[in-house]
Amino acid sequence: MNSKGHLRKIKDRIKIGLTGSAVLLILAILAVILGTVIIGGYKSISWEFLTQPPKEGMTKGGIFPAIFGMVFSLLMMLIAVVPVGVATAVYLHEYARPDFILTKLIRGAVNNLAGVPSIVFGLFGLGFFIQFIGGSLDRSLGQSGLFGQPCILWASLTLALMNLPMIIVATEEALRAVPQAERAGALALGATKWQTIQNVVLPQAIPGILTGVVLVVSRGAGEVAPIMFTGAAYYLPYLPKLPTDQFMTLGYHIFVMTTQSPDIDATMPIAMGATLVLLALTFSLNIIAIIIRSRTRSQLRKGR
Amino acid sequence: MQTGINRLEIKDFNLYYHRTKALEDISMMIPEKKVTAIIGPSGCGKSTLLRSINRMNEMIDGVTVEGQVLLDGEDIYQQDIDVVELRRKVGMVFQRPNPFPKSIFENVAFGVRMGDNVPAKQKLEEVVERSLKEAAIWDEVKDRLHRSAMELSGGQQQRICIARALAVEPEVILMDEPASALDPIATAKIEELIFRLKEKYTIVIVTHNMQQAARVSDFTAFLMLGKLVEFGPTEKMMTNPGSKLTEDYITGRFG
Repeated sequence: MNSKGHLRKIKDRIKIGLTGSAVLLILAILAVILGTVIIGGYKSISWEFLTQPPKEGMTKGGIFPAIFGMVFSLLMMLIAVVPVGVATAVYLHEYARPDFILTKLIRGAVNNLAGVPSIVFGLFGLGFFIQFIGGSLDRSLGQSGLFGQPCILWASLTLALMNLPMIIVATEEALRAVPQAERAGALALGATKWQTIQNVVLPQAIPGILTGVVLVVSRGAGEVAPIMFTGAAYYLPYLPKLPTDQFMTLGYHIFVMTTQSPDIDATMPIAMGATLVLLALTFSLNIIAIIIRSRTRSQLRKGR
Repeated sequence: MQTGINRLEIKDFNLYYHRTKALEDISMMIPEKKVTAIIGPSGCGKSTLLRSINRMNEMIDGVTVEGQVLLDGEDIYQQDIDVVELRRKVGMVFQRPNPFPKSIFENVAFGVRMGDNVPAKQKLEEVVERSLKEAAIWDEVKDRLHRSAMELSGGQQQRICIARALAVEPEVILMDEPASALDPIATAKIEELIFRLKEKYTIVIVTHNMQQAARVSDFTAFLMLGKLVEFGPTEKMMTNPGSKLTEDYITGRFG
């Protein structure tokens, strides 16, 4: 073999080595994080931990209200963000003309929205939802402190706003994957544009939209900044019943237990346990979504 | 020129993509219950002309048209024409089979279901059966109507797409190179089918295959660079073309 060939081979090896070690680095970091959380948290996990409220000034007891509040707020977030996000994506991809100035404006706005730091969403939620909308609602209803205060409703809407770009982008991606030939086929059979979208395009886009939903739920579960001013509570002695109640949630609970605790030795294991639960929840959510996705996909292939 | 009854007529038709003229001054009569082939070299506007007959060009940005396409004496480009209604009268089969990822039954029932009055289940089953029989694929799929159309072969999928178009009882069927993605046996089946369908329907077929045009069509339109060079009975076009251009194309000197 000539020297040029040698050189090429060596260069190739170096590149494989570099990319390979990047992968190893990522895996190592993940292993360290998971290891720390599992070792620090597994002792706290028990049936009581998952089903009981905190006790004795939050130094003992469980995290049930935080799990409950998280599920409550995430469901409300989905109710708000999925219809709006999917509708926006359908408009952008199916109706709007790509060279139209309004389309470009909306796209630009969506991209910018995605780049806004989450703490800004939190402050926006406080100023816009709670003080402006909530305050106005209270005044017009002759109430005080019903809507104009932090609660699940406003926290969920803030999370929804933060996650809107993600749903829009995921949905647009999914719509793009539906073959143009199938749209043409439906239109040529005398289907209206909306019938085509409803019966041909959207059913095939559902797996892709679900991917977006999963990402959004995981992100919503992990974000603390948008909800700390808009609805999350330090501690509540009861479970929230209405959207206008405040709520405890896992992410914020972890934050409180690690930074606001008067007795860090007592609360650290609880925080670690809560972290483990949060990780396990998002992890299993992802797995459930992957299963749903692959099942819808194979069902689509089989034609239901 | 003897062309039988005319239900479909293209009159002084021009089409532009933005500023480029894609079709220029096309005028032709498309006779009823006959097969009319549109032939010509790639990029001559065959498919564009075909898609002008059911206004599918509207899916593309920047398309403008001038002139008329008359169906039963009515200009389909008139302001108050309902495109949905038009496309129910003028069905279309595409170059590549494009069944929906749904069951065979749902594919064929699709157009009917999208209509204003969806018939009862039994009536719908009758429509599906009739359409599949007309498209000569009933025997192959009658035991698997509720399996996916995607499991079928390309040729079978194309006949499903034809059945799907027939289900809404159109007057005219447009076919855009319907066999170009198929093997010779599947092609022969489609051609046989076209031959039988003209008893009931007016058919316009785009093809780049001269032999196919000769085999299936009664009339042929030869298009070049967006202009209609010649239109007439296929037999005459193939044996005694009126224009030197047509002759050169047919004998394979270019194309």
